[in-house]
Amino acid sequence: MKKIIEEEGTNHQLTGESLTSNLKYILIGICFGIVFVKAEIVSWFRIQEMFMLASFHMYGVIGTAIVVATISTLVIKKLNIKTIYGEEVVFSERPFNKGNIIGGLLFGFGWALTGACPGPLYGLVGSGFPVFIVALLSAVTGTYVYGILQDKLPH
Amino acid sequence: MLDVLRHPWHWSIAGILIGLTVPLLYLIGNKPFGISSSFRHICAACLPNNANYFNYEWRKETWNIFFVIGILIGGIVGSTILSNSDQFVIASSTQEQLATLGINDFTKIVPTEIFSFTGLFTIKGFILIVVGGFLVGFGTRYAGGCTSGHSITGISNFQLSSLIATICFMIGGFITTWLFLPIIFKL
Repeated sequence: MKKIIEEEGTNHQLTGESLTSNLKYILIGICFGIVFVKAEIVSWFRIQEMFMLASFHMYGVIGTAIVVATISTLVIKKLNIKTIYGEEVVFSERPFNKGNIIGGLLFGFGWALTGACPGPLYGLVGSGFPVFIVALLSAVTGTYVYGILQDKLPH
Repeated sequence: MLDVLRHPWHWSIAGILIGLTVPLLYLIGNKPFGISSSFRHICAACLPNNANYFNYEWRKETWNIFFVIGILIGGIVGSTILSNSDQFVIASSTQEQLATLGINDFTKIVPTEIFSFTGLFTIKGFILIVVGGFLVGFGTRYAGGCTSGHSITGISNFQLSSLIATICFMIGGFITTWLFLPIIFKL
């Protein structure tokens, strides 16, 4: 099992990828977007319900996802399952830094204000609420400002 | 079949499908599931910059852009062909609490009096949409990931940093819903 520190992006596949081989990620994204809308994860109201502790819905979604992902990851590690290109799966490691706390809190503020984490922001633009394009552009601006200030921020 | 799919999906179905995305992306492409990194790739590809943070091989990350375009298309499919046949219902205690803030329309999945182009030009709308969006982009990248990268992928890989980040996401959300929203809605 290979371990690397994540800094330079997230794609660990060694086999080259053409534009067409990237098309499968659109398909996965489409399924994912449908799940977001159908389970109402894109709803500002569902997010308020979660933070008001008034419903189990979102805790159920995230909790189940974590359990399924953990079991699958353990199975891949234990059985050393290779990718469809025969490569060893790389599990990137993100060491702790102060950004996890400060950035985490700031994202928490943004999550409850917009009622959306990054995935649902894209989903909402598609599901008939075009004003979320503004939220999305604002999020990209936020990342841009972070990138410029990165050296000056505590980590 | 289509009829079954049109009802709102149970949380366990959504949780299983989202959870399975993690091994799927590992096995078909050696990629960790994460969505907020797309913001970084968009900046690196489209905006002029010299910052170190944007100086990496973003072309290798094209898959992530395809993935988020897919989510957007999935949003269209989920709200049209597969749109919910049932009425949208949220917890009555949440309705009551939000009604005290002045939100009265609970028929759509978001409060359209705020999340619309007319709402955008009010103080509330500006804070929720523009300031909120900015904090999502700034915070996720500062934290090194979002709900998908940290809370799901990171925790499933037993990363302490991801658990800490997730706890902070939740604390930030609780503070906003209970303390900030009542203030913002008085503005």
